[in-house]
Amino acid sequence: MTDHARYTRREFDVVVIGAGGAGLRAAIEARLAGKRTAIISKSLFGKAHTVMAEGGAAAAMGNANSKDSWQVHFRDTMRGGKFLNHYRMAELHAKEAPDRIWELETYGALFDRTPEGKISQRNFGGHEYPRLAHVGDRTGLELIRTLQQKIVSLQQADQREHGDAEAYLQVFAECTVTQLLTDDNSIVGALAYWRHNGEFLVFDAPTVVLATGGIGKSYTVTSNSWEYTGDGHALALRAGATLVNMEFLQFHPTGMVWPPSVKGLLVTESVRGDGGVLRNTDGKRFMFDYVPDVFRKQYADTEEEADRWYTDPDNNRRPPELLPRDEVARAINNEVKSGRGTEHGGVFLDVSTRMSAEVITRRLPSMYHQFKELAGVDITQEPMEVGPTCHYVMGGVEVDPDTTAASVRGLFAAGEVSGGMHGSNRLGGNSLSDLLVFGRRAGLHAAAYVDALSAAPIASDDTVQAGVTAALEPLTVSDGENPYQVQADLQHTMNELVGIIRRPAEIEQALAQLEELRKRAEKVGAPGGRLYNPGWHVALDLGNLLLVSECVAQAALLRQESRGGHTRDDFPGMSAQWRQRNLICRLDANSDRESVTVTQQPIPSVPVELLELFDRSELAKYMTSEELAVLDTQEQSGDSGAA
Amino acid sequence: MSYQGKFRVWRGDHASGELTDFTAEVNEGEVVLDVVHRLQATQAPDLAVRWNCKAGKCGSCSAEINGRPRLLCMTRMNMFTPDQVVTITPMRTFPVIKDLVTDVSFNYVKARELPAFEPPKDLAPGEYRMQQIDVERSQEFRKCIECFLCQNTCHVVRDHDENKPEFSGPRLFIRAAELDMHPLDTRDDRKETAQAEQGLGYCNITKCCTEVCPEHIKITDNAIIPMKERVVDRKYDPITWLGRKIARRDQLSNQP
Repeated sequence: MTDHARYTRREFDVVVIGAGGAGLRAAIEARLAGKRTAIISKSLFGKAHTVMAEGGAAAAMGNANSKDSWQVHFRDTMRGGKFLNHYRMAELHAKEAPDRIWELETYGALFDRTPEGKISQRNFGGHEYPRLAHVGDRTGLELIRTLQQKIVSLQQADQREHGDAEAYLQVFAECTVTQLLTDDNSIVGALAYWRHNGEFLVFDAPTVVLATGGIGKSYTVTSNSWEYTGDGHALALRAGATLVNMEFLQFHPTGMVWPPSVKGLLVTESVRGDGGVLRNTDGKRFMFDYVPDVFRKQYADTEEEADRWYTDPDNNRRPPELLPRDEVARAINNEVKSGRGTEHGGVFLDVSTRMSAEVITRRLPSMYHQFKELAGVDITQEPMEVGPTCHYVMGGVEVDPDTTAASVRGLFAAGEVSGGMHGSNRLGGNSLSDLLVFGRRAGLHAAAYVDALSAAPIASDDTVQAGVTAALEPLTVSDGENPYQVQADLQHTMNELVGIIRRPAEIEQALAQLEELRKRAEKVGAPGGRLYNPGWHVALDLGNLLLVSECVAQAALLRQESRGGHTRDDFPGMSAQWRQRNLICRLDANSDRESVTVTQQPIPSVPVELLELFDRSELAKYMTSEELAVLDTQEQSGDSGAA
Repeated sequence: MSYQGKFRVWRGDHASGELTDFTAEVNEGEVVLDVVHRLQATQAPDLAVRWNCKAGKCGSCSAEINGRPRLLCMTRMNMFTPDQVVTITPMRTFPVIKDLVTDVSFNYVKARELPAFEPPKDLAPGEYRMQQIDVERSQEFRKCIECFLCQNTCHVVRDHDENKPEFSGPRLFIRAAELDMHPLDTRDDRKETAQAEQGLGYCNITKCCTEVCPEHIKITDNAIIPMKERVVDRKYDPITWLGRKIARRDQLSNQP
């Protein structure tokens, strides 16, 4: 091998890619199962995007309202996802979330408390009862730090027992995976490079847990950090796995809109959960005009009732500011488009008239800090200006709900990179709990997969060397395309043409532009060497961004309805027929360039005992008459069976 | 609104480096990190800088701006006049990898030396009961975003690599204090450990760490001084020690 393509090999049982909530929780579980586990992180340990989560982690512990239960949480999750969720994931999530939160306390987490000393729970959009375990508005930081510290404690135990802190759990910080290595549709490892010196390393391992988060960096206005380039989605596709429902993107209704340098930065939903109201420039609380039919029973239609709900939730309906995020984002978008937005293209979000300055700074300290220091706005005195920002991808790697296994053997996925759990729209607070529930399951089942293996082949040197050479390519191009410019142009394309409201002609235009961008991406050059070279890193991430953007655009073009995080201008309503179909993306094996094909696949049908948690009249808003007829028959036979 | 600003950015690696002059556009509302990104996109594609959240929540983009330790993402350009040269250098206490990126592994090594949270053995998950007022003391320290600016500014190690083996630094002192004040941590030797193994005694409470903390954690007043005082208490006064043990027991037996 030439010096140029030199690499080292490391052997593990389980390789976790991503060091956010899902990755760390998976790694803890794999280590507890006695597996040699690697955690690979693009950033430093403890900096993953999970730290940006603010509001809380949803779990039906019933601390704030004893009426809460997993069944109610399940129902809210399905409603929020407009019944496109994989019911089994939503069920497991609702059932297991409380245990995952309580477990964090045994790792040292310190959540805010109720007067009885239990974990406090706050209101959030789409959740019937106060359900979010939280620490002020920095819950994600608490989660990541707690898991980070648990990992350190396990390493300390290994130090005591084996004389080596990294015997079973090793963190590879600032290390990026460029390729999953497979053999006969099975995982055999992963190829990665150290960001700090550009040297390559091969992880020889029979299992990989993808926990890489989302794809927000394919949009200009986003709450996501540089890391969110769809790496796990793209790695999975190239390894032969499938993605489900990539057309569903969550535009968080409240991002900052001013000044331009912070446009897109998240303003937590807790602001609304704790009493913040949305107003347009006419001073009108416009959300009352946007309560859709399917939610009319649960939401107030007067300001008086909405205001009473904060103190008497049992006898009043919720304020419409607390509708699921897709509804609020579309409403804000429409207000601005109709000329009732601020000069910076946002609406007003106000807590100053409803809470005292002391309460605001205690409950929303980082929002206070963020607006004060970055926008010069004192939120205890004046309203914030907010507008939608690309926040979360509901679509992701298609997995088995119980094991998190993808269609490639040995490949698992958990957290934002996986699909199905949130249907067409995720409820706030369901992400942190998702990370914990399915992160643990991924670690557990990856370990079990290793136990059942008879042989663990490794990737050939030829395969690895080809991967290294391809990754080094941008460093050898002189006078190439500027990777930062190609990335910015891609973000602009997706932002303008495949945004909140989608039109087929624009999506087709986006696909054509992506094709052009792909040609430019092939010619990017990154001057400078391998030593911590961000231009090179951006160049390598471009291929992933292009691939996931193509998935989003193609699926968005196919789905002829509006549901959750996918709104088609030409098909404004939900379609009961389309609810029965998932859209599956896979790499096109017949194409001479990397491209995606999308096919339709029936969604799994929800068992009757879970459907019975809903009124028939509610189900009728989502389901076809054929589905309802089948349901009626099942219920009747179920009744007679019981009798 | 926009102007052409003057910047001097340290560029180099562990072997050598120098300040490099740049002129770049500055727009209303921007922070220093925006300008660094503009330099990357237009003039210096390989300029190395760490960043993630761009909102002061992750603690990645620590550096020194005109000699003062700061987060690049929380330093607004309107702090400077348009004709003022803005000098950006890497954190001085840690070895340079490249440009503004330093090797901060010291902090992770020290974190691994600190004994972890030890949960009460008699409580199952879900049975933990703590009062808000009791968790708030530790919560202040758990706001830490691990930007390591306190470690960088601390004069015990800033120009004294020789102290690094013995000294964990303010970030780890607040971690020790956090665990010491954690209502349910069962170790009762946090202060002694801080003194004996973390080098707490090196600190002579000049409060430099508190001054640079972007989370405004009162590192010196609320963590270091109480830890020092109580180490003294405990060393000379067994009654205080006994009293504390009893108080803790009370807390546990008050479980509903």
